[in-house]
Amino acid sequence: MRWTHWINFPILAIMIWSGMLIYWANDVYTVTIFGHTFVQFFPDWFYKLLHIPHRLAEGMAYHFLFMWFFTLNGFFYILYTIFSGEWRELVPQKKSFKEAWLVLLHDLHIRKTIPPQNKYNAAQRIAYTAIIVMGLGSLVTGLAIYKPVQFYWLTWICGGYHLARILHFGLTLGYVLFFVIHVVQVILAGWNNFRPVISGFEVVEIPPPIMVEMAAEVQNTSTMEVADEEKNTLTNQDDIADQARDDQINPSNNMQ
Amino acid sequence: MPIKKKEKKLPTVEQRIKRRNFLSFTTFFLLGGAGLGGWKWLYHSSAETPGITAGAAKPLRRALNRTELFFRNLFSNNHLVKTYPKSMAARKVRVNAHIGIEAEGFKPESWQLAVVKSAGDILNLTIEEIKSLPKTEIVYDFKCVEGWDQIQHWAGVSFVDFVSHYNLQQQIKMQYVGMETPNGEYYIGLDMESALHPQTILAYEMNEQPLAIEHGAPLRLIIPVKYGIKNLKRIGKITFSNNRPRDYWAERGYDYYSGL
Repeated sequence: MRWTHWINFPILAIMIWSGMLIYWANDVYTVTIFGHTFVQFFPDWFYKLLHIPHRLAEGMAYHFLFMWFFTLNGFFYILYTIFSGEWRELVPQKKSFKEAWLVLLHDLHIRKTIPPQNKYNAAQRIAYTAIIVMGLGSLVTGLAIYKPVQFYWLTWICGGYHLARILHFGLTLGYVLFFVIHVVQVILAGWNNFRPVISGFEVVEIPPPIMVEMAAEVQNTSTMEVADEEKNTLTNQDDIADQARDDQINPSNNMQ
Repeated sequence: MPIKKKEKKLPTVEQRIKRRNFLSFTTFFLLGGAGLGGWKWLYHSSAETPGITAGAAKPLRRALNRTELFFRNLFSNNHLVKTYPKSMAARKVRVNAHIGIEAEGFKPESWQLAVVKSAGDILNLTIEEIKSLPKTEIVYDFKCVEGWDQIQHWAGVSFVDFVSHYNLQQQIKMQYVGMETPNGEYYIGLDMESALHPQTILAYEMNEQPLAIEHGAPLRLIIPVKYGIKNLKRIGKITFSNNRPRDYWAERGYDYYSGL
């Protein structure tokens, strides 16, 4: 998961950038309601800031190179998720849609409690699955506008060449929105939540319930934070978990 | 319960966590740095040596050519561009460029098409001769590399009919077709299979009227399996070759194939 996540980040950034180099050549999309244009993609100052204009050929060359990496990376991610069984943590369940609303209320500080969860909460399940579906959507709409004659059936599924280009553009806006919310959430969740995305394991401190003195000595290191009071074992995501647990000098465990 | 001796040898949990963190973060930053380095290399890589193609960075051109080879496997003459009823065709057909057909005293009346069958064997044809061949009409969505598209109505002789009528069977065994304007200022190259696609047309009519000058009178190429940049206006010369013929936009950083 971590590998594809971090590989995807620069690839998607390059795809969006090169996509803008292409879009500039025919930048016709606006948000217009009742004849009033609210948003025009994109204003001149924005193009100038990012040195977008007059780079169509270059943009296409980058786009059609990195599309391979984007596709392969997504493919590996989906395969990994299926074979590792991780999809069970990710795919929304029946209750997720109802619960996601409660999670949202909680995150907005409207509700105090949050529904019980495993690795990901209901809102995360929906968001992280949606982003994969969106990735697939970008691939399909992309192919539909890239080879509309050879893949005429894809273009047909996407509602024609015009709509496919709009969907392709819209999905990109979706990524940007996802990115903003994602980064804000990651910052709010803190370092101990972020670190595992790089290192692959999570450190959960055990509040020592009975044998206070010894336990405190062992576990009171500066980098650790109290992450989850309900859990009272050292739980790791990777294989280190079991070893670590075996090696752990944990008086409370030993006592049991 | 672990044996005491073993416990002494093994590092503590904190050491293991620290070590593991250190390794992961080192790997992360090393790979990140390598990625950034790779990107910088690609972004600043030198331009290709100008030849049939030019104007793109070397690795990007290599990627374009490889991608072409992959997608050519998926090309089929059975994949037809979607067609529309005539009523949907645009009345005002977009004119995007005049390269090769700028005003320069061109006389459509004295125009002749030169088909170079081989060195020294040139077939010269008048527009009347071409108009006497079976006519093919198409109403389809013309697509520009810039991203716009427009439903347009064209008519002329399909390239397949043209080839069989003038017995160019030997010539179409070659891999490429080249076309250029009479003044040689705009020129394109096509892979043979795209040229022989059933919807490739040497067009002399638009919206059931003879072509206007700005649309490429008297004869232009309409090739729906390519972007607009390959749809040459005012064809002066047609050549055949086993090597890629020169191509105006491929010399300016665009993909040579530009297939749809």
